[in-house]
Amino acid sequence: MFSFLHVAMPPLPLFLAQLLVGLINGGFYAILSLGLAIIFGLLNIINFAHGALYMLGAFCAWFLLSWLGISYWAALLIAPVAVGLVGMAIERLFLRRIARLDHLYGLLLTFGLALVIDGVFRQLYGSSGMPYSIPAELQGATDLGFMFLPNYRAWVIVASFAVCAVTWFVIERTRIGALLRAATENPELVRAFGINVPRLVTLTYGAGAALAAFAGVLAAPIYQVSPLMGVNIITVVFAVVVIGGMGSILGAVISGFALGVIEGMTKVFWPEASTTVIFVIMALVLLVKPAGLFGRAG
Amino acid sequence: MLRDRAALCWTAGLIALALIAPFVLYPVFLMQALCWALFACAFDLLLGYVGLLSFGHAAFFGGAAYITAYTVKAWGLPPELGILAGVAVAAAMGAVFGWLAIRRQGIYFAMITLAFAQMVYFFAVEAPFTGGEDGIQAVPRGHLLGLISLNHPLTMYYFVLAMFLIGFGIIARAIDSPFGQVLKAIRENEPRAISLGYRVDQYKILAFVLSAALAGLAGSTKALVFQFAALSDVDWPTSGDVVLMTLIGGVGTSLGPVLGAFIIMAMENYLAQTGSWVTIIEGIIFVLCVLTFRRGIVGVIGPYLTFRRSPAETPGTTPTNAETSLAPPA
Repeated sequence: MFSFLHVAMPPLPLFLAQLLVGLINGGFYAILSLGLAIIFGLLNIINFAHGALYMLGAFCAWFLLSWLGISYWAALLIAPVAVGLVGMAIERLFLRRIARLDHLYGLLLTFGLALVIDGVFRQLYGSSGMPYSIPAELQGATDLGFMFLPNYRAWVIVASFAVCAVTWFVIERTRIGALLRAATENPELVRAFGINVPRLVTLTYGAGAALAAFAGVLAAPIYQVSPLMGVNIITVVFAVVVIGGMGSILGAVISGFALGVIEGMTKVFWPEASTTVIFVIMALVLLVKPAGLFGRAG
Repeated sequence: MLRDRAALCWTAGLIALALIAPFVLYPVFLMQALCWALFACAFDLLLGYVGLLSFGHAAFFGGAAYITAYTVKAWGLPPELGILAGVAVAAAMGAVFGWLAIRRQGIYFAMITLAFAQMVYFFAVEAPFTGGEDGIQAVPRGHLLGLISLNHPLTMYYFVLAMFLIGFGIIARAIDSPFGQVLKAIRENEPRAISLGYRVDQYKILAFVLSAALAGLAGSTKALVFQFAALSDVDWPTSGDVVLMTLIGGVGTSLGPVLGAFIIMAMENYLAQTGSWVTIIEGIIFVLCVLTFRRGIVGVIGPYLTFRRSPAETPGTTPTNAETSLAPPA
């Protein structure tokens, strides 16, 4: 009888702990799908290398700490800038050459780049992860009365929300965001107004890469820094993007967080299904609303 | 007519080559390469002739491998029934995934198929019958039709060759049929095919099921050759490999995927001891193919191999479509 009750209603701490994990993963999904959506909007390609760039961000933080002794807080700024520069180089060297071709070529090219980046890091560091310690300021936990909230995890949730909000603000409320939205709608017309669209494309890809790296740095102390972290997350993020549709910034953020929480909740009630639940939801969304929950038809 | 004779000569020559190959080359390598060649041909049926890029074909290849390995080992089915079971399950999965995935096009189609394949991968990790990390090992090859033992490498080789030729023949026949012509029409101009009254979605699903079933045939045969089914068979690098084989050999050229499979398999065997270098080199080949070599090996040299070139096949006069679109002109 007791065990039946135990299954029917899990203890509150377990429930809340998984809710927390779900929100954290949801934050990573949101930041990554946000970057994918921005890149897709302007370049019309799905960036398969997004997971690799996320991994690069985490490794960048790890290099900075273990080689140069540079702290987590500095890495949170330096890593996105560094990976953003890598992203701009990728756009200039590779993606620009195939911009006029079928967009599937972009997928194949970035897939190849992801293989190269993943392979190099696996060759150098193996498949096992390397620990990255939580910065001193955020160690420990806060007693909320009903549960202990690890400080770092709280920070990750706040930071994810903040970076999503800032991205939304930049795109919807600033001049550069207005240019970006205009170029997404009609690049030729924006070019005719004297705007340097190719440079805008480079900057956009760089910004998407920087967002991925930021998520990577946030993830480093929670998950170990591992060459496999990118490929593990990217397929889930693809499903998130299909579910949300890539039409809106808000849609990417909401579906990212929501699916992270749903995944966490599944871990409580039916652990075996937690790895597949997002894909099942994707199938259901395709049945009901093929364009995605927030997507535009077509 | 001349072109048909050329094709006939090439086919006869290649089959003769395949019959004597196990006396010259290592049979296990040849069997592995033939399985992958069939897998790549099945994949190219979708990419080359319908213009659909599936990034999740490992689900059918590995799913069928698991079913065959399990039914043969646990239920004691003979190899031919084990393979049939694998193909049937792959076709059923293809019907469901295809039905859902064709609701979106292009990049979304690729992402959706990849996501479904990952779902199958995670299912294989959790399901009790797949053996988790160990996979299903020591699968008996058994006796074909209860008579012929498949344990001898040469017997097994000719069995694998027969499976490959059956699969390849089905694909060649399908492409040449009116059904295949409609597929090409969909690839070239989907709205026009719709306006001409073709039920495009049904054609796409049928092509997807056929492709999935033949990918399953390749996976089932592979499970018997190596006598195991493992998680790597359903994992995404397997899906990536088959894309690369088709790309390097030539998208939409019936022999290109076969050549690509032999090249990539030879490279993987040769570099097997070097750790992740295989992945790095495959990634570099991917990038180079997309940047400079989009028509693939057979796509470039193929037109020279016929007895007389018809104008449409002469290099340099191919429509610009070949350069901008993934699928080649018919």
